[in-house]
Amino acid sequence: MNAILFIVFLPLVAAIIAGFGNRVLGNTVAKSLTTGALFVSCLLSWPIFLSFMGGTGHAEVVPVLDFIKSGNLDVSWALRVDTLTAVMLVVITTVSALVHLYSWGYMDEDPDQPRFFAYLCLFTFAMLMLVTADNLVQMFFGWEGVGLASYLLIGFWFKKPSANAAAIKAFVVNRVGDLGFMMGIFGTFLVFGTISIPEILAAAPGMAGSTIGFLGYRFDTMTVLCLLLFVGAMGKSAQLGLHTWLPDAMEGPTPVSALIHAATMVTAGVFMVCRLSPMFEMSPTALGFVTFIGAATCFFAATVGTTQTDIKRVIAYSTCSQLGYMFFAAGVGAYGAAMFHLFTHAFFKALLFLGAGSVIHAMHHEQDMRFYGGLRKEIPLTFWAMLAGTLAITGVGIINVFGFAGFYSKDGILEAAFAAGGGGKVAFYIGIFAALLTSFYSWRLMFLTFWGKPRWAASEHIQHALHDAHGHDDHAHDDHAHDDHHHAPATGTGGYHPHESPLTMLIPLGVLSMGAIFAGFLFHHSFIDAEHGAAFWNGSIAFNTHLMHAMHEVPLWVKLAPGIVMLTGLFIAWRAYIVNTDIPEKFVAQFGVLYDFLLNKWYFDQLYNLIFVKPAFAIGRFFWKRGDQGTIDRFGPNGLAALVVKGGQYSARLQSGYLASYAFVMLIGLAAAATWAMTR
Amino acid sequence: MNGFPILSIMLAVPMAAAIACLYAGADNARRIALGATLIDFALGIVLWLNFDAAMGAPQWQFVEYSQIFGRFAWALGIDGIALMLIMLSVFLMPICILASWTSIDKRVGEYMAAFLLMEALMIGVFAAQDLFLFYIFFEAGLIPMYLIIGIWGGVDRIYASYKFFLYTLFGSVLMLIAMLWMAREANTTFIPTLMNYDFDPQVQILLFLAFFASFAVKMPMWPVHTWLPDAHVQAPTAGSVILAGVLLKMGGYGFIRFSLPMFPEASAELVWLILALSMIAVVYTSLVALVQNDMKKLIAYSSVAHMAIVTVGLFAFNRQGIEGAMMIMLSHGLVSGALFLCVGVIYDRLHTREIDRYGGLAINMPKYAILFLFFTMASIGLPGTSGFVGEFLSLMGIYEVSSWAALVCTTGIILGAGYMLYLYRRICYGDLTKDDVRAMPDMSGREMWLLAPIAAVVLWMGVYPESFLSPMRNDVGALVARLERAKPLGDAQLAAGKPVAKAEAHKTEAHGSAH
Repeated sequence: MNAILFIVFLPLVAAIIAGFGNRVLGNTVAKSLTTGALFVSCLLSWPIFLSFMGGTGHAEVVPVLDFIKSGNLDVSWALRVDTLTAVMLVVITTVSALVHLYSWGYMDEDPDQPRFFAYLCLFTFAMLMLVTADNLVQMFFGWEGVGLASYLLIGFWFKKPSANAAAIKAFVVNRVGDLGFMMGIFGTFLVFGTISIPEILAAAPGMAGSTIGFLGYRFDTMTVLCLLLFVGAMGKSAQLGLHTWLPDAMEGPTPVSALIHAATMVTAGVFMVCRLSPMFEMSPTALGFVTFIGAATCFFAATVGTTQTDIKRVIAYSTCSQLGYMFFAAGVGAYGAAMFHLFTHAFFKALLFLGAGSVIHAMHHEQDMRFYGGLRKEIPLTFWAMLAGTLAITGVGIINVFGFAGFYSKDGILEAAFAAGGGGKVAFYIGIFAALLTSFYSWRLMFLTFWGKPRWAASEHIQHALHDAHGHDDHAHDDHAHDDHHHAPATGTGGYHPHESPLTMLIPLGVLSMGAIFAGFLFHHSFIDAEHGAAFWNGSIAFNTHLMHAMHEVPLWVKLAPGIVMLTGLFIAWRAYIVNTDIPEKFVAQFGVLYDFLLNKWYFDQLYNLIFVKPAFAIGRFFWKRGDQGTIDRFGPNGLAALVVKGGQYSARLQSGYLASYAFVMLIGLAAAATWAMTR
Repeated sequence: MNGFPILSIMLAVPMAAAIACLYAGADNARRIALGATLIDFALGIVLWLNFDAAMGAPQWQFVEYSQIFGRFAWALGIDGIALMLIMLSVFLMPICILASWTSIDKRVGEYMAAFLLMEALMIGVFAAQDLFLFYIFFEAGLIPMYLIIGIWGGVDRIYASYKFFLYTLFGSVLMLIAMLWMAREANTTFIPTLMNYDFDPQVQILLFLAFFASFAVKMPMWPVHTWLPDAHVQAPTAGSVILAGVLLKMGGYGFIRFSLPMFPEASAELVWLILALSMIAVVYTSLVALVQNDMKKLIAYSSVAHMAIVTVGLFAFNRQGIEGAMMIMLSHGLVSGALFLCVGVIYDRLHTREIDRYGGLAINMPKYAILFLFFTMASIGLPGTSGFVGEFLSLMGIYEVSSWAALVCTTGIILGAGYMLYLYRRICYGDLTKDDVRAMPDMSGREMWLLAPIAAVVLWMGVYPESFLSPMRNDVGALVARLERAKPLGDAQLAAGKPVAKAEAHKTEAHGSAH
């Protein structure tokens, strides 16, 4: 089965050709090549996944090349395929292929398309290397590779200072996580003498109860290793504390947000914890920490999501929050549930992002929901797609009959958390509350965008579209804008006509809608059912049959709770944004402090700026001016020079500044000394 | 290769060409220099192809020995470590000559002669097997560098070369005294013999410190690093390339060749000093790099931070650390050399090193933007480039000795990303707002030919580092074996717990209820 080689390396080849061919090949060739490569990868991936579904697939490792050999460290490039990888393969290649197709429409007006498609392809390659890694170093390669692609794509519109800042922030914050990952790899190698994942996982149980010195203290070995590795996961998956880059990453083009910052890259942390689950199982402390961080992120991001007005930022915080769910599922030992939510989330969140992109496209790059409204009738197909996504994320469904994707996966996580007891119970309650918020902000987004009266006229972007009839960039909208007269009122449509997106954008929305509707129903048996699950995962994660049994036997109220809070959230959103639109304003007036706190994202950015960014520059300046120049140079070479100058005329003449004379004097001295030594 | 004095020829070719350059016109001097450096590069390839890296191969190969007078001998020979550094030198040299092709227009003959002389002396440093021969090459190699900075340098060239001189002189004197003592004590000046001579551990400390004074300056280690930014800023582009690419490697080579094998006990005794200075250097110079407005200064400070990772790797006393340190040296030689060339490309167009004068180059210089991005990424150690392999191995090595050192030095990957991406953003990203910047043409064919080969090797070293690790394996092995007796105990001290029943592996059962 060398299909895996094609799956992984086709995108690389396409990226290289499109990237370097850029101007020579032209847009169409570059786009066809990259998109074609991804569709081939996708078509090759599904049979692998289905073979694992059907129980005929078997885990294997395809060696590619030696990498680093140093003493007993032996790293190879190799591609590992097992159930866990197969799940990731279909997620990555499917979403990536659809996002490539979508970008034909979305990026149509961009002057720099081959570069964009090359970056997307490069990203896909790196992500595939990450999930097929058989050792920690290759995983780290993919890990950093996706970081690079993310950096390049966030900063794709590099003329915008905000995009550049966001790109650097994403890379640097991720590097903080990578510090943990690297330290984790070092520690793992020290303890196990290998960085091969299967060997580590096999040896992990033997390390239970051992202790290790770290930073001068002694800790439980597996706790130290797992926590270090988990810091890496926190960075990549934007968990609380290292999450600040993700909302800013929305500066990138929307297809990028869908592919990288929703469906694939940000889930790499969850994948890592699941891949190393037998290791994490050895440390209850580390698992407790994972649960805590997951639940905290889940809650934090959901609260912030309720107040954002930028449509992409709402979805970004939603992503952050959903990743929190995945982590606390992993933390309570329900790795199958975590992976299942990763799987369904990839479809419905990519759908939501691409839907948002379609709205933004229709609204002439306006992203502020306050300037939307009433779009249901104008862009009906986008509306239906977004509705499918919203039903999926809020988890609509009827027990034992049918539900949208999130109904199975999110409820599965909540039930598993409850069944696990202990810290899991706390996570359950937090998760239930976050589900309420999820429903609220998701429906808020829908109501603000698609219901109510149009509020487009106040938007600068729309104004720009209306007035810029023969503007510098040739937008399709201008045809519409032309027909109307140019004096727009402050509210209302302003004479602007949104239009539905082209077919290249609608097809991916349609396909992903299918995923959002059916992915949960079709696959929940395999992923989280106690019996089927064990066979499906086949040892690729630490699948806990007991917990999965217990999960299906939780009290009825636990099973009903997510549905109830979902309806509550819907109801509040409906009251506040459809029935009585004064409510949000009154709320803000009443609870101004809370609102500001949420609107400013709990002041994380301000805090980090104050304690990390500004001091780094200030200390750097201090070291440079006071350290290097004020101390080392002053008392070192300059001081010596001053001394010599004062020393007298003779020495002053030596200080003539002619290099050649220094060199000459030195050489003579050398020769004399050496001669003495050798002939003495 | 039996009996064929290839190393002597590699020394003689640039020497002869240097003399020829002095008497040739500008154009001829350029051609002679390029020809001679290419011949040396070809000889280098022959050297590499004929080097026997198999297990059990002799450590010293291509050995030449002839008595001159007294104890002084023309003793040449290389091991894998020296081979790699020689390859680095001969690879970078033609690139340096090409980089100076148009930007140097006064006293071309002398300039080329200085470069060729430096090439000969650099090869000599890595190939010398006699203590004093080494010393002569080591110190004399700096003379052409003084000249290059002092004659063809920038506005403050005199101050810079003076600083360079003062620092290096101080170290050299102490090293020479130590060498004299060692030659008397061991009654030999043959380096391979000295490498296995056991000096009294008490005396070792003094000897170590004497050598340290010289190597720490060359490295350069904090706090004797301040000559480097000035020297880089004032040196012409090709001078910076060689300074960063090869001259900085002499300090590391010195540690590998002298300090570690000759004074293992002292090295172990003073490991705290090296680690402390390196940890300070990583954080300190990275932060200083962050606030620089001069491109060359920024890269110079980043070099100090990278070299600090070399020293921690070397003093990890294990294979990963030492091999990693060697890989960083090779990688840094290529990458920072390439970064200085990148600076040179735009400096030649706008004649300023001030970062804020640029901006938006990705628009009008796309080829340049790609290559500069590639080397930026290599500099911050992105896996798949050469920067990663060395950094990773080196830090992995030091983790075994001290988790604190590993943690502090690993922050270099965060800070490094910070200052390099900030630099890249200010030069290549943003909009084209300045007219003179807008008028800058993309890279010429010659400039592409300078950077493309380096990019190829950086990628090669990043994807398949085995080519570079295998020649050094035996020699690093010998060094590690020699250091075994003095190896410091790490702070990890793994202590086993109660063994867990085997049946309870990781599949299912048992654990679920625990949560």
